[in-house]
Amino acid sequence: MAAGLLSRFRDTIGYQALLLGSFSTLATALLVSGNALTREAIAERHREDLLTSLHEVVPAALFDNDLLDQPLKITRADGTQVTVYRGTDHNRVTALAYEAETQSGYSGEIRIIMGVNASGEIIGVRVLSHAETPGLGDKIEVAKNDWILQFNGLSMGNPSRSGWRVKKDGGNFDAFSGATITPRAVLEAIEKGLDFFSEFKPQLITLTTSTVTPLPQEVSSP
Amino acid sequence: MSHDYRRIAKDGLWDNNIIFAQALGLCPLLAVTGTASNGLGMGLASMVVLIASGMIISLVRGVITPQVRIPVFVLIIAVLVTLVDMVMNAWVHDLHKILGLFIPLIVTNCAILGRAESFASRNPILPSLFDGLMMGIGFTLVMVVLGGAREILGSGTLFANASLLLGSWASILELELIPDYKGFLLIILPPGGFLVLGFILAGKRLIDRKLAAIAAERAEQELALTQN
Repeated sequence: MAAGLLSRFRDTIGYQALLLGSFSTLATALLVSGNALTREAIAERHREDLLTSLHEVVPAALFDNDLLDQPLKITRADGTQVTVYRGTDHNRVTALAYEAETQSGYSGEIRIIMGVNASGEIIGVRVLSHAETPGLGDKIEVAKNDWILQFNGLSMGNPSRSGWRVKKDGGNFDAFSGATITPRAVLEAIEKGLDFFSEFKPQLITLTTSTVTPLPQEVSSP
Repeated sequence: MSHDYRRIAKDGLWDNNIIFAQALGLCPLLAVTGTASNGLGMGLASMVVLIASGMIISLVRGVITPQVRIPVFVLIIAVLVTLVDMVMNAWVHDLHKILGLFIPLIVTNCAILGRAESFASRNPILPSLFDGLMMGIGFTLVMVVLGGAREILGSGTLFANASLLLGSWASILELELIPDYKGFLLIILPPGGFLVLGFILAGKRLIDRKLAAIAAERAEQELALTQN
């Protein structure tokens, strides 16, 4: 009897192994094809996301090139690499956008992206990722509060370094009620970003693309 | 075997609700219900996975042996969640930015495995689909109620950022109930989720007891009527 044979086969360990094996193969095949189908679209979406966040910190009116074209990679003293997206207008650098980060958030790392002009004034700052407390620390997101907008037009020197603190620490900027650590961490990240600009200013505002002078693109700090 | 759809609906929404009665899926529940909008997003995403996994598991239930059913169910659910995650990331990217955080959490929701085990693996495809829908609605309702309660108590708003999830029309839902509210941190943090959930469960018990008392009274009256 074929049916009896089949039901006896169902109880053997071979059937279980075959079952698990075929389901795993099927699952792998599904995931591989799913990944192949969506990979390009996802990469394209991430590119759009990057461009959107770049345009938030450096308005498109300031430059006439493709920001994602030839980003500048600079290695900092501690060995980390910063990618700088540069906006140019008539072969002059008019806007720079790069990321800065801090580990001093209430729940770990906060990453920001900031845009500065050629003289080091902030054009815009946005928080890219954070894990701060919802409802308290997440007011650093522009969608929830306009706190992050108050830095536009400021630079290192306006206010001076001691002013780049929350009011509780003797600085110029308000914290949120119930959350001091988060704004303090964001200010730290901005300060770091402004220091990055002063440290690498010559390389940042000089165009070194192949059309001008072919200089090495990667510059280490002295 | 007949299938009582009313029974399935009543089970999913109230009697055997994932949270109320089975107390499953508490991990995503407590993690994301800081606001009503987040609760709604997580509830809807879980509902989609509940329905799809119910259908697939019901379809293959004849092939699977009891000995290896759990790994197979876990595999099916994990593949499903991963595919949903990738497809949403690629083609509904804006929605994915809001829900993306929650989607991998759905795998950790043992309610989905629970329904696969106790319902979909024993019933035909249509009742399994309906069970997934009703369990999903019941789960979503509790998520929204809990998220709303925590949001009102914790931040003084209701449905904040609903427009990010549902589109711009939903901005009419966004209310600031208590202007200039200082916030109540405990309620927003996970322990607050346990506290509020405790009160909601107590409330459900009270309602159940009231309903039982009313039913008992009615039965008594009917008995008295028949005796007269």
